[in-house]
Amino acid sequence: MYLTPEEEKILAGEYGEGMRKAMEILVAIGKIYDAERLIPISSAQISGVSYHNIGDAGLEFLRDFSRGAKVKVKATLNPGGVDLGRWREMKIDKEFMEKQGEIIKIFTSMGIEPTLTCTPYLVGNLPSKGEHIAWSESSAVAYANSVLGAYTNRESGISALAAAIVGKTPMYGMHLKENRRPGIRVVLKTELRYRSDYSVLGYAIAKKTGHSIPYIEGVDKADLESLKLFAASIATYAGAAIFHIKGLTAEWMDFEAPKDYIEITKRDIEEGYGFLRDEFREVDMVWIGCPHTSLKELEEITRLLKDKKVATELWITTSRQVREKAERLGYIEVIEKSGAKVIIDTCVAVAPLLGKFQTLVTNSAKAFYYSRGVNRFKVKVANLEKCIDTALRGVWV
Amino acid sequence: MEFKGRSISKGFARGEVLLSREPISFYGGVDPNTGVIVEKGHPLEGKSIRDKILIFPRGKGSTVGSYIIYRLAKSHMAPKAIVNIEAEPIVAVGAIISGIPMIDKVDEKIFDLLRDGDIVEVDGDRGILRWMGRG
Repeated sequence: MYLTPEEEKILAGEYGEGMRKAMEILVAIGKIYDAERLIPISSAQISGVSYHNIGDAGLEFLRDFSRGAKVKVKATLNPGGVDLGRWREMKIDKEFMEKQGEIIKIFTSMGIEPTLTCTPYLVGNLPSKGEHIAWSESSAVAYANSVLGAYTNRESGISALAAAIVGKTPMYGMHLKENRRPGIRVVLKTELRYRSDYSVLGYAIAKKTGHSIPYIEGVDKADLESLKLFAASIATYAGAAIFHIKGLTAEWMDFEAPKDYIEITKRDIEEGYGFLRDEFREVDMVWIGCPHTSLKELEEITRLLKDKKVATELWITTSRQVREKAERLGYIEVIEKSGAKVIIDTCVAVAPLLGKFQTLVTNSAKAFYYSRGVNRFKVKVANLEKCIDTALRGVWV
Repeated sequence: MEFKGRSISKGFARGEVLLSREPISFYGGVDPNTGVIVEKGHPLEGKSIRDKILIFPRGKGSTVGSYIIYRLAKSHMAPKAIVNIEAEPIVAVGAIISGIPMIDKVDEKIFDLLRDGDIVEVDGDRGILRWMGRG
């Protein structure tokens, strides 16, 4: 890989140990993927924040690595494992809370904004079309490449952090237009009615196309929230970094529809829901907010919960910024009066909830995957109205 | 006998070979406190990678694996060097942040030509593995 004289100096340690280590990481990744050179980035989104995920190993690394290291570009943070203001209500112990607090402090000491959200594009980290960025958090990567038309690989927490410190990333993969070309045409033969249908569509496409980049036809409309759910789902089940939807996404016009072709029918969506529903009747928790909810979703939830009382735990996860806006509009008061909680800084998938709850209903196929894997929940996916209705009834009907 | 590969993480190490024909996941697959492989059904299940020259095709699993390698190194439970057929970022980044010499792109015949316990030297700067003798 070609390095400029300035980059060579960084690698030789002339700018300190933090910069040297960060550069060494980028060079190794560039080498592995045959990158020609490094390119400047305009922003980074850094995952690996929850103490539940990275553990003492990650904390130790961050402690050592952060000495003297500062980020050069706008950098935002993925959710941690706990709502910093409500850890007691979340049944999370003090030691966890303290370690989580230290992790966040280390990140902020490096100049990273403690946004603690998986939707950086809703809180001011909003790259333009064609901008090169280094994001981890797979749902945000798929959203940024596809919907925003920014250029990012699926970074790990460490590689995104290294890129933020150097302000550059190796040029390979999604940073090259030819690698963003769709490989399979997906024709949707059914109507999508609910946002959760888009989430299930992500699973259904993944099941049929594997790792090929899809070029999707037949989706006439999709709001930001539907695309956010779809991106999260297809990133989870297909490992997708990008998708194209005819008429909707940022780069669909730049490519021709591929010859290879599959259809997604009503039956595929129904079978998707079938797969995404474990067996149970009694519901412990309903969770909306994977990815974190937008203001519009909070408004809809407010309408559904007005003057009602929930019979289960109902957790709505979002970012601090969106919660503050919702608070000013009076949504939070209405939602929490019902007994629901609007939780920030974290999400159900990365919080330490193992054994504390058993059954979960959610509107996100990604949430299905990670809640089962990390916290051993039994999970069902349903549309927002059904989720809220279930929270009010306390049982799945 | 010498295997020419590619430098991934700098440094020099000499030690005993431990071979795995299967990929290794450090997160969930290796006990971060003892360096013992705990992945169910893995050919190295129950064996310690501590102080070995660990030779395996490639890494797999969660990116948190990089941190596990770091933790192993800090508690002196890590391998002395890592040799892969094809490096991927989880193990490569783990080796770099931990200061463990690592090379890749060695000939796959290495699995037939070397045995567990053989003494080898790994030159992480130049990407070379040298066979020094049977252990």
